[in-house]
Amino acid sequence: MSAVRDEAVHEICARFGNDATRLLDVVRAINQRLDCIDGEAMEAIAEALHLTRADVEGVVSFYSFLSTRPHGNIVIRLCDDVIDKMKGADEIASEFEHALGIRVGETTPDGRISLTTTSCIGMSDQAPAALVNDVVLPRLSLSEVRRVVRLLQAHPDGTDLRSLLVDSYGGGNNAHDLVRSAVDNSIRQAGPVLFGHMERGAALRKALALSPVEVIRVVKASRLRGRGGGGFPTGVKWEHTRGGQDERYVVCNADEGEPGTFKDRVLLTERADLVFEGMTIAGYAIGAGHGVLYLRAEYAYLREYLEHVLRERRQAGLLGTGLGGRKAFEFDIRIQMGAGAYICGEETALIESMEGKRGQPRLKPPFPASHGYLDKPTCVNNVETYCCAARILEQGAPWFSALGSKASTGTKLLSVSGDCKRPGVYEVPFGISVRELLGLCDGTGAAAVQIGGPSGRMVPPSEFGRTICFDDLATGGAVMVFDQHRDLLEIASEFLRFFIHESCGYCTPCRVGNSLLKERLDRIRAGHGSTDDVGYLRDLSATIAATSRCGLGWTSPNPVLSTLDGFPGQYERRLRDASYSLEEDTREARLIRNGRANGRGSSEGGSAAETTGVDGSDRERREATDVSGEAKR
Amino acid sequence: MSDSDEATAIQLIIDGTEVTGHAGQTILEIADSAGIYIPRLCWLENLTPFGACRVCVVRVNGRIHSACTLPATNGMVVENDTEELRGFRKNLIDMLFAEGNHFCMFCERSGACELQALAYRFGITAPTYPALFPHREIDATHPDILIDRNRCVLCARCIRASKESDGKGVFGFAGRGIQKHLIVSAEGGLAETNIDASDAAISACPTGTLLRKRTGFAVPVGERPFDRTPIGTEVESTTGPTPPHASTPTSTPAPAGKE
Amino acid sequence: MAKPKVATTSLCGCFGCHMSLLDIDERILELVDLVEFDRSPINDIKSIEHPVDIGLVEGGCANEDNVRVLQEFRRQCKVLVSVGDCATNGGLPSLRNLVPLEECLREAYLDGPTVHNDSGRIPDDEEIPLLLSRVKPCHEIVEVDYHLPGCPPSADAFWAAITALLEGHAPELPYLLCKYD
Repeated sequence: MSAVRDEAVHEICARFGNDATRLLDVVRAINQRLDCIDGEAMEAIAEALHLTRADVEGVVSFYSFLSTRPHGNIVIRLCDDVIDKMKGADEIASEFEHALGIRVGETTPDGRISLTTTSCIGMSDQAPAALVNDVVLPRLSLSEVRRVVRLLQAHPDGTDLRSLLVDSYGGGNNAHDLVRSAVDNSIRQAGPVLFGHMERGAALRKALALSPVEVIRVVKASRLRGRGGGGFPTGVKWEHTRGGQDERYVVCNADEGEPGTFKDRVLLTERADLVFEGMTIAGYAIGAGHGVLYLRAEYAYLREYLEHVLRERRQAGLLGTGLGGRKAFEFDIRIQMGAGAYICGEETALIESMEGKRGQPRLKPPFPASHGYLDKPTCVNNVETYCCAARILEQGAPWFSALGSKASTGTKLLSVSGDCKRPGVYEVPFGISVRELLGLCDGTGAAAVQIGGPSGRMVPPSEFGRTICFDDLATGGAVMVFDQHRDLLEIASEFLRFFIHESCGYCTPCRVGNSLLKERLDRIRAGHGSTDDVGYLRDLSATIAATSRCGLGWTSPNPVLSTLDGFPGQYERRLRDASYSLEEDTREARLIRNGRANGRGSSEGGSAAETTGVDGSDRERREATDVSGEAKR
Repeated sequence: MSDSDEATAIQLIIDGTEVTGHAGQTILEIADSAGIYIPRLCWLENLTPFGACRVCVVRVNGRIHSACTLPATNGMVVENDTEELRGFRKNLIDMLFAEGNHFCMFCERSGACELQALAYRFGITAPTYPALFPHREIDATHPDILIDRNRCVLCARCIRASKESDGKGVFGFAGRGIQKHLIVSAEGGLAETNIDASDAAISACPTGTLLRKRTGFAVPVGERPFDRTPIGTEVESTTGPTPPHASTPTSTPAPAGKE
Repeated sequence: MAKPKVATTSLCGCFGCHMSLLDIDERILELVDLVEFDRSPINDIKSIEHPVDIGLVEGGCANEDNVRVLQEFRRQCKVLVSVGDCATNGGLPSLRNLVPLEECLREAYLDGPTVHNDSGRIPDDEEIPLLLSRVKPCHEIVEVDYHLPGCPPSADAFWAAITALLEGHAPELPYLLCKYD
């Protein structure tokens, strides 16, 4: 075994030039080959890449899709975000547990199949969903779970899972030979910018007819702002990144991890050419020779197809050397796979990750425009932003800026999910009101709409007249609809669980504060909150938001703050019954006294907290006390 | 002072006091040289600033930054000792107590612990937040050094000191979020690393996480560094110390549950 | 004019704080002149039947009895002060919070290396108070007005706090008297 491991490590490290900045690729490949990266593998990697073992372990343990302990050759990852839970993810998980004979977090006795949970995989429009290695299983039903498990058990080698599991393909390029996915595009409304007719290369040809400075002038004239949610003017960013003799990089952030967001999935599937064209234009504008598309691990099923599009573009003379242009220009793009970490959607964490490190945001300043990937000037933009830029070069700035509103030009692609009849992606002009959007998606029974995912705002019906744009409700694209049957504090608690799980842990307020916030919110939910707890939540939230090091912590208290603001009754209702509960605090002791420790069950082992689950309320309590955010599901 | 030094001299205002420094210095460094104490925990002289504990947060031209990492520029207006920032810092210190398992009464670093000293300085008489009681590993494999992770505040001072001062790289972090923890660069624990009991990494620990064995409790109570002298006095003594008093216990938390 | 009444109690603690209170030495004579002691382990009065002006509570809450005593104490005390680390943050007894309750009981009564228990059972007499899942500081159970940290708080800290309260203002501990060990 050890010889096999050493050879694999040696070969894989060599494939990436024994380059420590490619550590993420190295450990991904080893994890795939050996079904884990154990201590000896880490030591071998450290030696080959001239790192310390602690450096390697730091990276391996940071990403959800990597493991230091052996897992099955097949890993089933159940999406456990709010929308999936609303659509029955808990029942799906139970069915998998039952069919496989293991609990979530375990591996089958034969060591072949592991069952685990994962944060949003970008399939909220077709929840509940799961990943089996790279294969997406959307719209899961109990019978589908049984079918999948039977197939997996009957085919022990785990190769070509796609052919095995996917019996019908989704529409559009999901049916392409290289995608072969059951995922649906769910394009509910196609707009002129992103889904208008495009011809491969047309935008690039127009850009190359201009000077780089003129290209930036056009982008600035369009008043295009970043589509990831931040809204920084794209032209200004490009301008800051160009100039000087240094090597520089164009990076496309395809790590959309905000729960409820899946619009980049659709763009990458249906508009891959547009994405790459935008990146190439950016490369020309800022004087970069290299582009990197950072693709989230959850979208690995698109990789082959994207590589194919890149090959086609090279053959068509749209990538590579001698691309023409008023200034000699060559440019190519590589795909960097992520490994499961929401925080890598933050641009400096993404750069750290690309360099083979823990995905921890950097201190700013300096900004990536001057010190980015490999310390070189780097322009990081969202998938949708590059698409817009390409269309602007093709159709002209006036065409683009005539769409949308004055400060928010163009269209926005929204991912709509939850309690509406028509979930999917909508290309809408900026300035659309929440109410109009609810009309489009047939979510008119909405009692609350979460705009911008967990880090955004929970909007109450009294504010449905507000508009989606940078000056009012800014969003990277996630819109979650909740009807009057949903418990908004439970949703807020789920959002906090997500942030606890995804915090990088670098700074105190985000690492610790979010766990404390969830503890108190859950205490209120359980009916044991006092009126003082509202002040406690606000004070704690203010500290987290003000003192955290990056955007995750700045926004992680939003689920609490926006429900306190927009839905105060949800709290007041539960605070009526505020008192310390001796009953609650002695329940565990009573269970032990009533025979578990002294009679039946005494041989079961395990902690009482793990085995209390006799009814729903016990499960509730277990989740409430689980401040680590590591609840099994 | 050379011409070039004069050219890069900068002025800033901290809490209404005009102070001077040089371009390239951080706000914390300039404040220190002016005798203004900005509370800090993960910062340690001669190590690369880390900006993780957030205790040194200040407002610069209205925005919040960690003073240990932000390069000062001419004309900055810095707020340091304000009610708002004291409140944030107190909460952050409280969070660090809640996060670990801190039992001062039997800790051999008590009286010399910077986390405890900060709590004293901020007049914290009882915790604001319920303790999380995490499970943390102890590493006693090394004959001369003990790691008690129960007391670790994830400041990375040992990690940086081992790399930057000792030239080794004995320590690192694994995991993320609330699961993040200190690791050593060996499968079998600290004994398998090339650490030495005299390494700067051990002295760098602000709490009782890294301890030299058989050296504890040597200094009597009353004579330990922070028994009589609040942390930060060493900085303030350049302008004359004003020892802070514990704030009134009315500032302690609203109780979690009432009758 | 009647002297202000002071009561003290000890929950899950070691009485070290009470010992430290007695450490005020000859000042105890001054204190007796100033106040009247109601329920206290010092005079062995076990219940508190009338309101008192100042209550000092040592120890945190580890079982249901602790909670009931604390709640009753709180009702009778105009001002309640948590005294010592156990009362203010759980203290040493809260070390058991690191171990699941059932494991604690099994170790104590069944599995521990020094245990001799022929019954093979964890004692379950109804008279034995039920343990809380976790040892908690007093302010997580009832409202606490002031905290006096320390293991134990020094005699000077007690003196400073009590005299301040008797003079009608909040106890402000100088730096030298606010310690956790």
